Amino acid sequence: MAEDTPREAEAQASPEAHINVAPSPHLASTSGACTTRWMMLDVLIALVPLIVAALVVFRLYAVKQLAICVVTCVVAEALFTRWRGRHANLNDLSAVVTGVILALSLPWSAPWYVGLIAGTVAIGLGKIVFGGLGQNLFNPAMVGRAFVLVCFPVALGATAYQSDTSALDAVTAATPLTRAVQDGESASLWSLFLGNVNGSLGETSALACLAGGIFLCLRRTASWEIAAGTILSTAVVALIAQLLGDGVLSMLHHILAGALLFGAFFIATDPVSSPLTPTGKWIFGVGIGLFVMLMRLFSGYPEGVMFAVLLMNATTPLINRWTIPRPVGGPAPVQV
Amino acid sequence: MAATLKDLPGTGSFARGIHPEDRKIFAADAAIEVAPTPRDVIVPLHQHTGAPCEVVVKNRQSVSMGEVLGEAEAFVSAPVHTPIAGKVARTGVVTLPNGRHVAAVPVRSDGDQLEGQDLFEDMFGGDWPVTDLDGHSADQIVDAVRRAGIVGMGGAAFPTHVKLTPNKDKPIDVLLINGSECEPYLTADYRLMMEAPAPIITGALLAARAIGAERIVIAIEDNKPRAIGAMEQAVAGTGVEIAGVTTRYPMGGERQLIPAVLDREVPTGGLPLDVGVVVLNVGTCAAVARAVLRGKALTHRIVTVSGSGIEYPKNLLAPIGISYQELIDHCGGLRSSAARVLSGGPMMGFSLGELDAPVTKGTSGITVLTQDDLIDQEETPCVRCGRCVDVCPLNLVPTKIALAARHRDWDLARQYHITACMECGCCAYACPAQIPLVQLVRMGKALLPRP
Repeated sequence: MAEDTPREAEAQASPEAHINVAPSPHLASTSGACTTRWMMLDVLIALVPLIVAALVVFRLYAVKQLAICVVTCVVAEALFTRWRGRHANLNDLSAVVTGVILALSLPWSAPWYVGLIAGTVAIGLGKIVFGGLGQNLFNPAMVGRAFVLVCFPVALGATAYQSDTSALDAVTAATPLTRAVQDGESASLWSLFLGNVNGSLGETSALACLAGGIFLCLRRTASWEIAAGTILSTAVVALIAQLLGDGVLSMLHHILAGALLFGAFFIATDPVSSPLTPTGKWIFGVGIGLFVMLMRLFSGYPEGVMFAVLLMNATTPLINRWTIPRPVGGPAPVQV
Repeated sequence: MAATLKDLPGTGSFARGIHPEDRKIFAADAAIEVAPTPRDVIVPLHQHTGAPCEVVVKNRQSVSMGEVLGEAEAFVSAPVHTPIAGKVARTGVVTLPNGRHVAAVPVRSDGDQLEGQDLFEDMFGGDWPVTDLDGHSADQIVDAVRRAGIVGMGGAAFPTHVKLTPNKDKPIDVLLINGSECEPYLTADYRLMMEAPAPIITGALLAARAIGAERIVIAIEDNKPRAIGAMEQAVAGTGVEIAGVTTRYPMGGERQLIPAVLDREVPTGGLPLDVGVVVLNVGTCAAVARAVLRGKALTHRIVTVSGSGIEYPKNLLAPIGISYQELIDHCGGLRSSAARVLSGGPMMGFSLGELDAPVTKGTSGITVLTQDDLIDQEETPCVRCGRCVDVCPLNLVPTKIALAARHRDWDLARQYHITACMECGCCAYACPAQIPLVQLVRMGKALLPRP
């Protein structure tokens, strides 16, 4: 074109003007969950069956809890990051994931301020104080939940799940694990599997947890080693307890009831706060299962997943150090 | 096609690694074409691992094709030769794609040239015997290879005569011929195996004689069934075995190929000869045959010019010392969408800022990528997902090493075995956070204080 300056004309004439340099590799994976945002989207997709199950059992209570937690987490992330003087990147969806997991771990009856405080603490104390995404030592959602459990023991304790005023059948009864501790009754395995029982929003349906969890493992967004380690070690301890005739719950009750499957697939597998290597992941998962059973069998709490995950989170750096893999060909010889 | 190994201890695969799209379709069906003789070549005096060569010709001296331009006294070195007949000009300095500034001898074409189909016939045609090679002693073979300036043509450019020199303490029982060509886009070895299998096999037999290997295995990735077929036909009756190995990057790495075929693990910091193996690229083998039987130096090589940023992808038989620009021009030039020009393939290749660099003995291809091929995502924090651990073929923890290198924490980097890394780039390829993992490790290795 006549208006082109000589420089532009030259650029058009020689494509070399557009070539750039960078170190190899020059290609990146484009299949599967190939960005952090995709990994978070994967988790949200996998959580859909759990959300549906929660909506079926708890109706509007579930909507309320999810809305409060997600909004709180996203707002907290935006605010706290800005206060740190950093650019808030909400696009990675990590705050949404924390919000959904937190909501699904709360009882339906928790008052509105519980979700608000838990969400703020989860993002603030659980994540931003460590330096934001990727830097936290503990699972943020569990930090938030632990905080409100300590602050509001009544609103979150075993009795929170029961309400005589509720119109919903499932939620007038105590949770299966509480009933086992208090009354020595065990729920039917079938209702535990489908989810027509009381409990935190996300933990009632074993079927939904399995569906979402297996999807996550197949996408390699969650590590199957962690989920398998948790479930297997719980099963082994529960089986021993069952054979010794301790308690009224069978091995299958321990696996299907409470937050075990939800925790194994969605909470323990948080990559940030779990180990890196396959061996480390097995140790981590087995450790969670052992702590869960320790608490279920010997403590006053009917449930132990949250504390088990937090305890094992604390050991993650140590596990990483213990499980530095042997390179192919062995360690490099020490140079003299 | 699945891995096909007969009577070999390996499984045909190695643990971890990645599956990038092979994108060999661009040039896979383009028969080897002889590049026109350039007016000028610039032959670098240091194209190989080891000592640089000294010039042995004078300014304005006339040289005929294959004459020595430079050589070195050192054992680990390889002489360089002129690929064209012509007149030598004053030695200058060129920048190779890997960033090294090296002295180079320019030669301007003058007089009759061996070119076109005649050159192809001279290099790969004629009769390549597979029997009665007993007349060539080990010493003669090694000496011919050294004088011909042959280096590893898969990319590392390690002098081949060093590998072939018998070592009493480390007997070799297997000669492994590497035809896996695992880098995306590259098809130079593939075309050579299809069009000239005979010199590869003769070269392999000669090399095996030199090192005293009883067994010769040619390993080819199973995404090249036609090359496997061509080689199987050509090895009939020679005792050379063909192993079809799984298509997985970086299969062409010695530390992956040797376990995959032979189930032997090369020690970190060691060499294949520590486990009784010598690995040669298929192109190197053909050069060995030519050097030993015909006394010809390594003056030409096959270069794949490929990628979506090039007009007509081709496999060219190119003289060493020709500029990248000339080969690109011969392939119709860059498209306007071209964004990056690489020496080699996209996983380990070097990107070029200037296209006037000369082709060397280790140049396996020129890959031109467009903006669509490139990574344009922003880096985000590591969420410790462990993908890099899942793909590292050497079983390292790349994220730990890379972040230790970024923070100059050398003790931590050593604890995680930074020196074992071979920089294949699988970690950076797989990283969902787009962290330049292998780039950081590479930098860390360069800055690592010596103990």
